[in-house]
Amino acid sequence: MLRFSTWKFFAIIAMTLAAVLIVAPSMLSASHYEELKSRLPSWLVPPTIVLGLDLQGGSHVMLEVDQADLIATQIKNLRDDVRRILREEKVAVTGGIGATARGVQVRVADPADREKILPKLRQLRNGFSSALMGGPSPLDIETSPEGVIRVTITDAGLRDKSRKAVEQSIEVIRRRVDALGTREPSIQRQGDDRVLVQVPGLQDPETLKEILGKTAKLEFRLVAEPGQNPSETEELDQVDQEGKIAVEKQVMVKGEDLTDAQPGFDQQRSGEPVVNFRFNIRGAQSFGEVTSKNVGRLFAIVLDNKVISAPRILTPITGGSGQISGRFTVEQANNLAILLRAGALPAKLNIVEERTVGPGLGQDSIDAGKRAAYVGAGLVVVYMLVTYGVFGVFANLALFVHIAFIFAGLVLLGSTLTLPGIAGIVLTIGMAVDSNVLIYERIREENHAGRSILASLDAGFTRAFATIVDSNVTMFVAAAILYFLGSGPVRGFAVSLALGILTTIVTAVTMTRMMIAVWYHYARPTRLPI
Amino acid sequence: MKLLRLAPENTKFPFMRFRRVSYPFSALLSLIAVALFVFKGMNFGIDFAGGTVIELRAKSGAAEVGTLRTMGESLHLGDIEVQAFGNPADATLRFGLQPGGDVAQQAAVERVRDAVGAYYDLRRVEVVGPRVSNELVQSGTLGVVLSIIAVLSYLWFRFEWQFAVGAVIATMHDLLLTVGFFSITQLEFNTTSIAAILTIVGYSLNETVVVLDRIRENMRKYKKMATAQMVDMSINAVLPRTIMTATTVMLALFALVAFGGQVIRSFSLAMIWGIFVATYSSIFICSPMLIYLGLRNEDADKAAMQKQDSERKADLADSLHEEATEPPAAAPTAPPAAGKTPAPARKATGKRAKTRPA
Repeated sequence: MLRFSTWKFFAIIAMTLAAVLIVAPSMLSASHYEELKSRLPSWLVPPTIVLGLDLQGGSHVMLEVDQADLIATQIKNLRDDVRRILREEKVAVTGGIGATARGVQVRVADPADREKILPKLRQLRNGFSSALMGGPSPLDIETSPEGVIRVTITDAGLRDKSRKAVEQSIEVIRRRVDALGTREPSIQRQGDDRVLVQVPGLQDPETLKEILGKTAKLEFRLVAEPGQNPSETEELDQVDQEGKIAVEKQVMVKGEDLTDAQPGFDQQRSGEPVVNFRFNIRGAQSFGEVTSKNVGRLFAIVLDNKVISAPRILTPITGGSGQISGRFTVEQANNLAILLRAGALPAKLNIVEERTVGPGLGQDSIDAGKRAAYVGAGLVVVYMLVTYGVFGVFANLALFVHIAFIFAGLVLLGSTLTLPGIAGIVLTIGMAVDSNVLIYERIREENHAGRSILASLDAGFTRAFATIVDSNVTMFVAAAILYFLGSGPVRGFAVSLALGILTTIVTAVTMTRMMIAVWYHYARPTRLPI
Repeated sequence: MKLLRLAPENTKFPFMRFRRVSYPFSALLSLIAVALFVFKGMNFGIDFAGGTVIELRAKSGAAEVGTLRTMGESLHLGDIEVQAFGNPADATLRFGLQPGGDVAQQAAVERVRDAVGAYYDLRRVEVVGPRVSNELVQSGTLGVVLSIIAVLSYLWFRFEWQFAVGAVIATMHDLLLTVGFFSITQLEFNTTSIAAILTIVGYSLNETVVVLDRIRENMRKYKKMATAQMVDMSINAVLPRTIMTATTVMLALFALVAFGGQVIRSFSLAMIWGIFVATYSSIFICSPMLIYLGLRNEDADKAAMQKQDSERKADLADSLHEEATEPPAAAPTAPPAAGKTPAPARKATGKRAKTRPA
């Protein structure tokens, strides 16, 4: 009991000091922390504790690839591909290209023609990355005895496209969110078809949703003229006017040919907010061509299948730059410019989960958490003191180190502290002393059974240790499962709880034993003070 | 200094005798809990039911719950719940899933924002779509089931199987009563509540393990003692610790309820109930279960049997019969186990004698 190796003694002191040093910067105010950072070399200053979105305010938005939209796009692409193959191989079909639920079908009467196009159709599989990896086939190609070839996108094929869409979306979303100028946004893939966007400290979460929810597919199309073939035109909604407007199906210039887009004000007329854009060479060329050939016609600017505006082409525009007006507010013009610069999303994304906390509420939660932690810790400290006297002092010192260890663990792991996380810490304050209680009660018991003080102390520690390990392992298992299944705030709770359980073994067992050993050495008590 | 003792010293409560009361009592409570769950149901939060919660703060003055409710009804969002809490300027709106999939949920929030945005700040907006809420239900259920299996395996590995079964029955009991608590109080049940439940499971096992550990220790030490008596002695021995720990955890939890704010209040309340139930079940459910499951002190119970009341004689005849067939297998393992425990203690005493003069 009294034998305490010197290295162990210093190891514990060193760990405690390290923990306090690691945590200290997190306790400073933001300005003091910056000052500290500027004065010391950067590797010397540990990062501060990362606060969860529920504490610092911010938005958690889960986006999911719209499967119906994805299927529609894929069928459209498939149809284009099949049409191209038929044209290249000069194969005639009866009745055109028909649509199925998950693909297309064509009737090719001549068996020789079928043999000609089947290998080409099979090559379409190469457009999927899973086919190259030897996974399940992304496209089913079947031929019926009547000569109907049916090309179907399989679930595997769809998953593949979905995954690709998510990958591309992450890039686009990053560009969009970065344009908002927030700090440390996190954009992650979740499963096959989801993207999780977490943006801390946002003052205006509406803008975030505004720019996340749009596909931003920009197209320039001519407005249909009376008497045009209806199969070549379609009716589209207008952004700020009632009623639909008929435009040609053919897209003259696409948004992907834009090189830049900036918000500005209309110089010539009203001075209203507009978006100025510039094309790349290809875009500039097509734009110049279309505007030269169609002077006097209306040119529709279509965003996500809605007509923003349809100005009349007054003169050919060959300079490769132009202006979009549409009775925007300054903010709308700003957002549109961001969207156009970042590019279009490869598929429509829906918001399936949103959790937004305003900065004011976050601060309130921090204050509430702090108050609860102080009061909880205070009550436990006083209670331990009145129950165990000098041993209570040891337990309380261990408790203090225990809390420092938890926070140091949070800093080192870089995990986020959430409101349930604070609850977890407060809870472990109550639980941490459990190990002390187990030991002390055992010591008392052994002492009552007639052992000497030293023998009681020794037996208390050795006998209680097995129980402490067993009981903490069960708690730890619960915390670990919570961590793997929980998300966000609940995960924060699991981390604090698990850290608390691990550190309690060091603080309540080893540290307390050390303190009692030192105390015994100097005090030489004649009776047990508990 | 006179130290505070909440638990009386050297208690000798005959806990095992209470099992005739505690078992029917707990069975009844568990049944009530199940009935509540089935007939009254839970107040599922948006995590599991899907839907929207919006926390508002009036830009000036107090929040007008009545006006908000009228406004909410005029938007046709289905059942809309308007609640005031804490600060008079605050209110929450809650409404269920809107028909029309994920897009419709966002559209509904937009309509509310347009309607109240001029007078209120939206401090918190949470929208959970139908698919995400289903997944949260799945992962929540999976978590609870997995943790019980994991812990059962650990206990089986560390203790005799009777201990593991007893612990799991006690844990299920705590789980049921916690579910009943959520049902009867209609506290919102969300992912944080799953965290509370798993923590209660952890705590319940923690309590159980402490008692079981002592029972196991005493089982080796007092081989001549009847099981019921030995279990009673063990529980009485750990009683001061049980009370002490329950109190410290309660102190921390009361601080959370009083000061921790709205978001974690239901978590903290559930935990308080859970600590209470877990403490009860470790003493009154798990430990007596060991007797029913046939854990016995090899020769000791034979002596105790003669003293047992007449009504249990039929049962005892059975176990006597079982035991008669057992001794050849049990006998060789018994002596080493008996010799093991005192030995280290003696050794330790010897070492201490040496260190004292130093």
